[in-house]
Amino acid sequence: MTRLYGARGWLAIGAAALVLFVVFPLLSLKVPQGSPLHLSQYWVTLAGKIMCYAIVAIAMDLVWGYCGILSLGHGLFFALGGYGMGMYLMRQIGREGQYQSELPDFMVFLDWKEFPWQWWNTDHFWWAMLLAVAVPGLLAFVFGYFAFRSRVKGVYFSIITQALTFAAMLLFFRNNTGFGGNNGFTDFKRILGFSITTPETRMALFAVTGAVLFGTLLLARWIVTSKLGRVLTAIRDAETRVAFCGYDTVHYKVAVFTLSAVICGIAGALYVPQVGIINPGEMSPANSIEIAIWVALGGRGTLVGPIIGAGVVNGAKSFFTQAFPEYWLYFLGLLFILATLFLPKGIAGLAQQWRERQARAHGGAEADAREPSASPRKTVEQGTPRRHEAPAMDAARSRA
Amino acid sequence: MRLIFLIALLLAGSAHALDKAAVEKLAFGDGDERIAAIGQLVAEADPRAYEVLKALGEGELQTAGKRVLIVRGDEGVDAATGEKVAPLPPEREDVVANNRLRGAIGDALAGLRLLAPERAPRLTAARELAAGSDAAMLPLVKKALEKENDPDIRPLLELAVASMEMKSGDKAQRLAAIRMLGASTSPNSKTLLAEAARDADVDIRSEAQKSLRAVEGRLAWGERAGLLFAGISLGSILLLAALGLAITYGLMGVINMAHGELIMIGAYATYVVQNLFRAYLPGAFDWYLLAAVPAAFVVSACVGMLLERVVIRWLYGRPLETLLATWGISLMLIQGVRTLFGAQNVQVENPAFMSGGIQVLSNVVLPWSRIMIILFAGLVLAGMWAMLTRTRLGLFVRGVTQNRAMASCVGVPTARVDTWAFGLGSGIAGLAGCALSQLGNVGPDLGQGYIVDSFMVVVFGGVGQLAGTVYAALTLGFANKLLESWSGAVLAKIAVLVFIIVFIQRRPQGLFALKGRALES
Repeated sequence: MTRLYGARGWLAIGAAALVLFVVFPLLSLKVPQGSPLHLSQYWVTLAGKIMCYAIVAIAMDLVWGYCGILSLGHGLFFALGGYGMGMYLMRQIGREGQYQSELPDFMVFLDWKEFPWQWWNTDHFWWAMLLAVAVPGLLAFVFGYFAFRSRVKGVYFSIITQALTFAAMLLFFRNNTGFGGNNGFTDFKRILGFSITTPETRMALFAVTGAVLFGTLLLARWIVTSKLGRVLTAIRDAETRVAFCGYDTVHYKVAVFTLSAVICGIAGALYVPQVGIINPGEMSPANSIEIAIWVALGGRGTLVGPIIGAGVVNGAKSFFTQAFPEYWLYFLGLLFILATLFLPKGIAGLAQQWRERQARAHGGAEADAREPSASPRKTVEQGTPRRHEAPAMDAARSRA
Repeated sequence: MRLIFLIALLLAGSAHALDKAAVEKLAFGDGDERIAAIGQLVAEADPRAYEVLKALGEGELQTAGKRVLIVRGDEGVDAATGEKVAPLPPEREDVVANNRLRGAIGDALAGLRLLAPERAPRLTAARELAAGSDAAMLPLVKKALEKENDPDIRPLLELAVASMEMKSGDKAQRLAAIRMLGASTSPNSKTLLAEAARDADVDIRSEAQKSLRAVEGRLAWGERAGLLFAGISLGSILLLAALGLAITYGLMGVINMAHGELIMIGAYATYVVQNLFRAYLPGAFDWYLLAAVPAAFVVSACVGMLLERVVIRWLYGRPLETLLATWGISLMLIQGVRTLFGAQNVQVENPAFMSGGIQVLSNVVLPWSRIMIILFAGLVLAGMWAMLTRTRLGLFVRGVTQNRAMASCVGVPTARVDTWAFGLGSGIAGLAGCALSQLGNVGPDLGQGYIVDSFMVVVFGGVGQLAGTVYAALTLGFANKLLESWSGAVLAKIAVLVFIIVFIQRRPQGLFALKGRALES
């Protein structure tokens, strides 16, 4: 484990863990409400939500940053996980809904007499959680297998994943699909027997989300530093060459795509009890593209960068939608444009540049000595996407 | 009023005081009595009856003690006699008509209009009655049928009589009516017959089934024609939306996610031109589209060229980044339009020549707006083809897309050609917007609905293939409409998307792929 990060890396992770698992609970639960140090429910929910997004961002970085697959279907995987959890939460409402029926309100409204087959066994937590990870995983596996096998890649892959997301959104908007139509699921009452609105439950959900975030980060880090990660990076940079070396690139791509979808499903399952609603709007193609901008802004192929990116973009979103709702889209749009034009390596890349400049300013000899130890991987990770896409583009141009 | 006057002329001499008892029943009776009273009044076929029923329908009938009055403003007339009631009695009550009564009144008024001397009101009234009406109208319609000799109106009336007799008459009458309906081509008789085909009586049931098959056979052709037209129509819309993308994405390789917003801008340009015409040239309002088409093209083309110069130029060769940046552009354009025009949909009115349609068969109406858009799509396609194959710019565009380095060597200003080509694609998107503004709502989100569709069309047809785009648009249009008739719109859309996704797995190069042996593409 210690190989994953250097001493400073572990220190930073430890500090972050301290904040999440000690400072946040103390400020939210122990500090009395009137105190200026008290952390209100709003902030706990917001932070929990952003951590869910950060998990998705890491998943996206795994496939996009390290394997060069820009998936616009991650919003779908996220929402599917959310629906898995949502089904369980709907069952937990029991007879406390508006119509005092065993069935969720929307089913009573549609005059259904019993649960449709999709809802089988969803009153058990373990089954719902299984659905939350298995459905996105299975979808990603099947879709990815066929797509990668027929060498659908690059923008083509992005476009058809977007079409998939769009089709799924239309499907979930239908009332007959059995997931509440355009209202989705809401009005949850309890989870695992605990009331969902108490500060203690919320803090517990927050802590679980934090733990999953750290787990995901370490898992992703373990993957990208392993041999598997090296192969993935190689596929990103020169897939044909890797294939000629004897690797079956399809298997690697399917594996990482499926894993990424599963992580998204988990994030979605954690997201729903915290925000208290899931509806097909989560599947809109716009959401999936937004995930890409978190990663692009944070820095592709850095793992920590996407977490920062998710935090910055969503923090800004909460701020803008409250303070200047009409300017949010301008800001987001501008972010998309500026990040792609001027920040090809994202915030993480910026930080690294700044560190290098500092090192150079402190003295050439020292910097030179440190440069090689800054891991040779960096050059592979960050320098290449542009270089490898350019010839591909020329080929596309000449073909047309 | 003119109509009533004409009816009065027709029935000159027969105008007399109405049956007072009937009028009173109409005002004071309970539900069934009032319906019966309407029947009685209609049977008199009197212009005063028309007046009284119309007044009841419009809430102008009032009672004062035992008298029934028609009150308009400060003037009142006795409903039964038509005499003026000079000082209105102070205590009056409105006669309220419920929905059932209103339906009966509507039928009755239509029935009375059947007796008008002019053809147009008779025709509309006959259509109304043929579309289904209360059996109480039967005597009146029969009376009208005796006098009627217009070839268009007679069959409608016969149909109306048949459908009324089918509901109420005795067995022989019903059988005759069913045979009669079997000869018609109206979708209404189909529903009536389908009802009769489940009748308890065996004779009626078998006769109805026979007639039903005959009608269905005749209607099926209309349905097929309608489906064909709907398919072509949707195909032409998809084609318009995708043609611009066929240039920017197909030829130039730019993943332009803001394509939908360029369409939206074209629609808003049409809206602005419409408002200008309304304000400054109200006389020529019907011709505003002639100005709107070039305006939409130019505005969208300028926006597109600006985008190419400022953003997209720097991202050539990085398709994934282009995707994200153009998505950002689309968000800003949407919000920009919201800021300029408001978040609500705006109204774009069809010029007079676009409204209405041609009735081809009894159950097929081809709306003019759809026909125009099919023609327009054809024109745009022809124009684009001519532009690409017959002009110097087209030659340059093809040259640059086929071999950039070589084109540059022989002196083609490649950068400028990129800008022009992108402007051309954007302008065509603007034309699509102009066309779409005639069909549906124009709002800031207009383009979002088309972006997935247009990419699907281009990808399905094969990137870089103009002909492929055309075939793909028509195929998808047909497939969508065909599935829609089975499964409903949403499921059809999902099915088409899934089909394309599966298709792309089988043939990643689309329908019309250029054969090549390159591994990387």
